[in-house]
Amino acid sequence: MTHGCCTGVKIDVPEGGKRIVLAGNPNTGKSVFFNHFTGIYVDVSNYPGTTLDISWGRYGSDVIIDTPGVYGISSFNDEERIARDIILSADLVLNVVSAVHLERDLFLTQQIIDTGVPVIVALNMIDDARRMGIEVDVERLSQLLGVPVIPTVAVKRKGFERLKAELYTARPGHVTPGVEKELNPLINRVGNRGEALLILEGDPVIAARYNLEPGTRQEEIYRRRRERVNAIYQQVVRETSRGASMAVTLGRLMIKPLTGIPILLLTLWAMYKAIGIFIAGTVVGFTEETIMQGMYEPAVRHFVEQFIPQSSIPGTILIGEFGLLTMTVTYLLGLLMPLVVGFYFFLSLFEDSGYLPRIATLVDRLLNSIGLNGRGVIPIILGFGCVTMATITTRLLSSERERKIAIFLLGLTIPCSAQLGVIAGMLATLGPHYLALYALVIFSVLVMAGTLLATLLPGKSADLFIDLPPLRLPRIDNVLKKTFTKSFHFLREAAPLFALGALLISTFQVTGILEFLQNLLAPLTVGWLNLPREAATAFIMGIVRRDFGAAGLTELALSPLQTIVALITITLFVPCIASVLVIFKERTKKEALLIWGSSWIAAFLVGGLVAQLARLFSPGSGKTQVLPVILFFIAFTLIVVVTCNLLRRTRTTSSITEQGYKSR
Amino acid sequence: MTLDRIKRGQRCRILSLPSESIRAQALRFGIAEGEIVTCSEVIPGGPVIISKNHQEIAIGRGLARQIEVEGSI
Repeated sequence: MTHGCCTGVKIDVPEGGKRIVLAGNPNTGKSVFFNHFTGIYVDVSNYPGTTLDISWGRYGSDVIIDTPGVYGISSFNDEERIARDIILSADLVLNVVSAVHLERDLFLTQQIIDTGVPVIVALNMIDDARRMGIEVDVERLSQLLGVPVIPTVAVKRKGFERLKAELYTARPGHVTPGVEKELNPLINRVGNRGEALLILEGDPVIAARYNLEPGTRQEEIYRRRRERVNAIYQQVVRETSRGASMAVTLGRLMIKPLTGIPILLLTLWAMYKAIGIFIAGTVVGFTEETIMQGMYEPAVRHFVEQFIPQSSIPGTILIGEFGLLTMTVTYLLGLLMPLVVGFYFFLSLFEDSGYLPRIATLVDRLLNSIGLNGRGVIPIILGFGCVTMATITTRLLSSERERKIAIFLLGLTIPCSAQLGVIAGMLATLGPHYLALYALVIFSVLVMAGTLLATLLPGKSADLFIDLPPLRLPRIDNVLKKTFTKSFHFLREAAPLFALGALLISTFQVTGILEFLQNLLAPLTVGWLNLPREAATAFIMGIVRRDFGAAGLTELALSPLQTIVALITITLFVPCIASVLVIFKERTKKEALLIWGSSWIAAFLVGGLVAQLARLFSPGSGKTQVLPVILFFIAFTLIVVVTCNLLRRTRTTSSITEQGYKSR
Repeated sequence: MTLDRIKRGQRCRILSLPSESIRAQALRFGIAEGEIVTCSEVIPGGPVIISKNHQEIAIGRGLARQIEVEGSI
């Protein structure tokens, strides 16, 4: 076989072996098939340029390759591009469809059949379908599609024996009417039927491979395919009853604001208890302090000092305060890894259960006002775990404009978990009105920055347009697998950046640049923020790691107001050095510098504003007045929001822009 | 009328979808121009949820405003 040129991942297929590709819509139970067929010997590799993984394993003398769940194959997003490339290189496709969502799922089935590859369909979840009153005529479905169809219940391994026995009876099916005729002239030029189909359907990437103009027939072909699928659906599905199940009712409750907001708050509270209290406290206490700082660091210091003294320049860089072998490793493995695993665990849980798209639906309206759509909630939640991780996750947003806004807001306003820990500790001693001041100022900056960006950036963000899959109990093996793959990829991607960051800062320390910056900043700290001179050191440390900055403040004798001013400033201050490096990697240099620079300005501007306002409103030696400052910020935010809305309204009437998916 | 004006429980026929990419995505989800769908939920000021058979789709308000539908079916 001469396939595999374009799949991006090298997969070894034994001599004469077949490439069996597993394909299906999201949430069809595909992974259970993969695990069952391949057993435990599975290879996983990252698809270049994405955060997605491709798994494959041996099945006899053949290879089974998994693909991301997609609704169709073309170039809409990373998942589709990968699924497309792998399906186009297949010798046989095992297509898993959900009997509950046959009408939706058969679109992909028909598209795969149209590529001309031999197909066998596993009609999964027939037990769920039966419970919902959906009866599928399997024989008729097989006749109409022209390929074998095997009913299965994957979670109970039902139908798997028959599927294995009949796997190689897979055959090319009945093509969408009219496609054949249009394909023939292209097949002669391209030589591959599947690629010819995608060119006809206007896929720009495949067309470019052959130096051809992408076809303009996508809509027409999609429409005919949809008509054919609907006609098949009409003939094979019989609905007996239609009662609203528990899952449907709960799904509704999750998206209605009146019930959905309490459910979301309850979920976030559970997440806080699990991650904020248990992982950040108990687990990190053990991994960071006991294991890394208690055992690992002394051991590595002792080892290195046999060759070079710690006080020398290479010594400082390797095992000093920000040492590559000490701080970087401790931070990554002791502190960050448990937190990242915790956050990804919840994210996978939400994803697998079908709750995530419902959260996105619930908060869509709120996020619209800051230029994002409901899906933007994912990086924002993750940002409270680690801003670096969240910044990488912004790749899932559908337009460049949304990524810009999300990354800027993450860098500016979202405190990561490491920083939150220190901040919460300092706020706890101050009383609720100071807590309110802190939270409100940060929140109003988030709203103002988002609204301003949404108004000033050209274009229009993509509107929410998502499938709401049925709610289901998450499968724990699935959730764990996702959690570990995502965590592993994050750490692999971020580790070099954390190391580079530590290296930079050690260099600054050795060369005296760090001290120079501290002195440079001092007048601003004293005169404008009304903080002691030493606070400048804390801010500079914040360039390295945000929690370092916050922790540096605990050692200073500060009044309650000074503490709040310092905390606000450090929260809005530049993201940690690893996040900054990720921003530089993900965005253009100019944009990254702009984000970094404006974080400096915003942090000192807002911090100073709070300090100066509090002084203004508290005449004499009286108690510091918090309420007027809060009211001022509320009023200021309202003014900004209203002005921006007016500006936007005048603009939308003059130009209506076409929104769409990114077609990178 | 446009989809954002629909009420919960109301059925309507989709007359037009705004852009090519939205039309393609909708066809995959099972919804085409001419199709009859039911509005299963409206989030105040937020997305409209439409359903057809067992398929549910959340459509942001801005997009719903650009979708022409024929109500009262």
